[in-house]
Amino acid sequence: MPLLWLRVATVLYGVGLVHAILMLRQRGERSGRIAAPAVCLGMVFHFVSLVEVAVLYGYAELLTIRHAESALALLIALIFTALYVRYKTASPAAFIFPLIFILTFASAIAQNPLAFPSPTFRSGWIVFHVATLLFGYAMLFLSFVSSLLYLVLSRQLKRKQTASWAVRLPALQEIDELGYRALLLGFPFMTVGLLAGAVVAQERYGATYFSDPKVLLSLLMWGIYLVLLYTRWSAGWRGRKAAYLASFAFIVAVCAWGANYLSKLHRFIAP
Amino acid sequence: MNFFVLGVNHKTAPVEVRERFAISESRLPEALGKLTAMPGIEEGMIVSTCNRVEIFARSQNGQCDLQKFVRDYFGFKPGEYEPYIFEHKELEAVKHVFRVASSLDSMVVGESQILGQVKEAYATARALGTVNSQLDQLLTRAFAVAKKVRSETTIATSSVSIASVAVELAEKIFGSLTGKSVYLVGAGKMCELAARHLIAHGAKKIYVGNRTYDRAVALAEKFDGEAIPFERLYDTAPWADIIISSTGAPHAIFRKEHGEKFLQARKNRPMFFIDIAVPRDIDPGLNDLDGIFVYNIDDLQQVVSSHIGDRRKEAVRAELMVDEEVHKFEQRLMTADVVPTIVSLQQHLENLRQAELDRVRGRLGTLSPEQEMAVESLTRGIINKIMHTPITTLKSAARDPESTTVVDVVRKLFNLRAEAPPEPESLPAVAAPVQASAENTAPVPPLVTNQSRK
Repeated sequence: MPLLWLRVATVLYGVGLVHAILMLRQRGERSGRIAAPAVCLGMVFHFVSLVEVAVLYGYAELLTIRHAESALALLIALIFTALYVRYKTASPAAFIFPLIFILTFASAIAQNPLAFPSPTFRSGWIVFHVATLLFGYAMLFLSFVSSLLYLVLSRQLKRKQTASWAVRLPALQEIDELGYRALLLGFPFMTVGLLAGAVVAQERYGATYFSDPKVLLSLLMWGIYLVLLYTRWSAGWRGRKAAYLASFAFIVAVCAWGANYLSKLHRFIAP
Repeated sequence: MNFFVLGVNHKTAPVEVRERFAISESRLPEALGKLTAMPGIEEGMIVSTCNRVEIFARSQNGQCDLQKFVRDYFGFKPGEYEPYIFEHKELEAVKHVFRVASSLDSMVVGESQILGQVKEAYATARALGTVNSQLDQLLTRAFAVAKKVRSETTIATSSVSIASVAVELAEKIFGSLTGKSVYLVGAGKMCELAARHLIAHGAKKIYVGNRTYDRAVALAEKFDGEAIPFERLYDTAPWADIIISSTGAPHAIFRKEHGEKFLQARKNRPMFFIDIAVPRDIDPGLNDLDGIFVYNIDDLQQVVSSHIGDRRKEAVRAELMVDEEVHKFEQRLMTADVVPTIVSLQQHLENLRQAELDRVRGRLGTLSPEQEMAVESLTRGIINKIMHTPITTLKSAARDPESTTVVDVVRKLFNLRAEAPPEPESLPAVAAPVQASAENTAPVPPLVTNQSRK
C-alpha cells in the first residue's frame, strides 16, 4: 500500500512539474488551477505513504535510501509550500519540481529495498545522523534554488525585461536573504549530522570508514558549504559568483547522495 | 431613463477653457442648487476636477436644457463655449458615467484618482439631496462597475509615470523601501519628484550632492536630508542604495571603476542607479557589474510605454464590460418602469380576495385550522394563477419601447388608480457598491417577486 500512495503522489507531482514547465513558457495560467490542488493532494498521499511505511515496518525502515529519498522530497515540497504561502510566488517551482519529481519517482520505482536495516542500524545516533542531514540537504538545495532565482531576476532587471515571468518573483533582496538564511540554518544541521555519522562509523568500523566514497564526497560538500557561507558573510558574494559556487555545492550534494549506491558503509554491508 | 451629461474634459477642451468651467468645492452646493432649480431637472450632480467639469442630470419628462444652465451660471455668451462641450443623453449618458468612474475616459487610462473624485462629488450631491433616486442608482451602479473593472482587469496595476516606475523597479530590487537611502546627484526637478515618490514608499535617508553647494543644501532641507559637497561624491555614494543622477555634466560621472569600488565598499549589496540626465551621467558599462542596476531615462520611458500598452489592451476588455453593464442597467431600469403597475395590480387583487373572504366568512361558520388553511390557499392560488400572465406580459413588455401601451391597458383592465406607489422610490435602492457588485452577475434582479409573496 505505501508504494501505491507514493506512486499516486508521484503522478500528482508530475502535474506540478508540467505546470512548472508551462509556467516557464508563460503558458501556465490555466494549468495552475489544476496544479496547486494536485500538488497538495500529492503531499497528503506522500505523507500517508511515509507514515504507513513507519507503521508497517518500523521507523528504521525510513532510514533506507529509498525512503529517505521520499522523505527528502516531501521536505522540499513542504518548504516550497511555505515559500508559496509567504511570498505568493510559485516561480521556484521550475527548479524545485524536477527535483521533487525525480526523488519520488526514484523512490516509487525501486523494486527492492537496497538495504535492509541491520540491527546496528537502529541506534539513535543513526536516526539523528540521517534526520539532520536530510534537513541540511533540503536547506542546501533551497539556497541553491534561491541563488539561481537571484541570477534569473537580476538578469531580467539588467536586460530591462520587466514584463516577463520573473517579475512575479519576490524582490531581489528578499531572494538573497532567503538563500542566506537557508545556508545559515542548514549548516549547523549538516555539521552535526556528519559528526554524528562519524562517531557511529568510528565506533563500528574504525578508521577505515574514512575512505568510503560517500564519506569523502560528504566532506567535500561540507567544505563547499563552509566556503559559500564564508564568502557570503565576509565579501557579500551574491549573484553570479555565488550561483556558481552554489551549483557546485549542489552537484557535489547530488553525488554524495548518489554515492549511497556505491558506498558499502551506507548499505550496511561493510565488514 | 432620461439621463443627461454635459461638460468639458481633457478631450474636448484645452486647459484655458476647462479652468473657466471649474467649480471649486466651496461653490459646489450653490451650483447644485441652481442646477436642480432649473425647470425639468429632477436630480443633478457636478464633477469638477482639473481634467473635467461634467454635469450629470436626470429630468422627469425628458426635457432638460443643461446648456442654459451653463450659459446662466458661467455667464458665457452664445457661441463662446459650444465648440468645447460634449453632451450625452440616455444610454450614451449612462455609458459615459460608467466610463468616467472606471477611469476609461481619463487622460491616463486606469488612474485611480477619478473614482475618488466622482465619489466625492456624489457624496456632496447626495448630502444636499440633489441626487436621490435614479441618478443615485446610476452612480452606485457606476461605482460597482468601476470596482469590477479594477478587479477583473489589470488596467490599474502597472505604473505609468517615470517616477512611479522608478519606485516599482526599486521595490523589485530591494523589496520594501523602508529604511533605504537615496542619493540625489544634481538638484533638478525630476530628481526631486522621484525622491518624493521614493520617500512616500518608505525611503528614509536622503543625500544631495550638487555642484552648487547652496542648491544642494536647499534641496536637502526639503527632505530633511543631508547635503554633501560635490568633491566627496565618490566616497559617499556607496552609502546610498539608490542613486538618482540628473546633472548637466557633459561626460559620465559614474564609470565602471567607480562601480567596482562602490560594490567593494558595500560588500556587494545591490545598488540601483537611475540616470535621468541627458547627456547621460552614468556609464552604461556599470550595468554589467554584478549587483548594479542602471536605468536611464529611455529605459524608464520604455517601461512606462509598455505598461501603457498593457493598459490599452486591458481597456478594450474593460470597454466590453462597461457595454454589458450599460445593457444590464437599461434592462433593470425598464423593468423598474413597470414595477409600480405590477405592485398595484397585486395589491388590488389581494384587496379583492380579502374582501370576498370577509364577506363569506359568516356563512362558512367556524372552520378548523386545516379548513382555514385550505380556503386561504385556494383563494391565493386562484389569484396567483390569474395574475401570472399579466405580470409576465408586463415584464417582457418592459423591454419593448411600447411598454406604456401595455401598462395602460393593464391599468384600464383592472381599474388601477394612477397614484399607486410613487415611481422609483419604491425600488429597493442599491445601497452600497459592495452590495451592488454582488448583483453583478445576476441577470435583471426580480424586483417584484419578493413583494408578491407577502
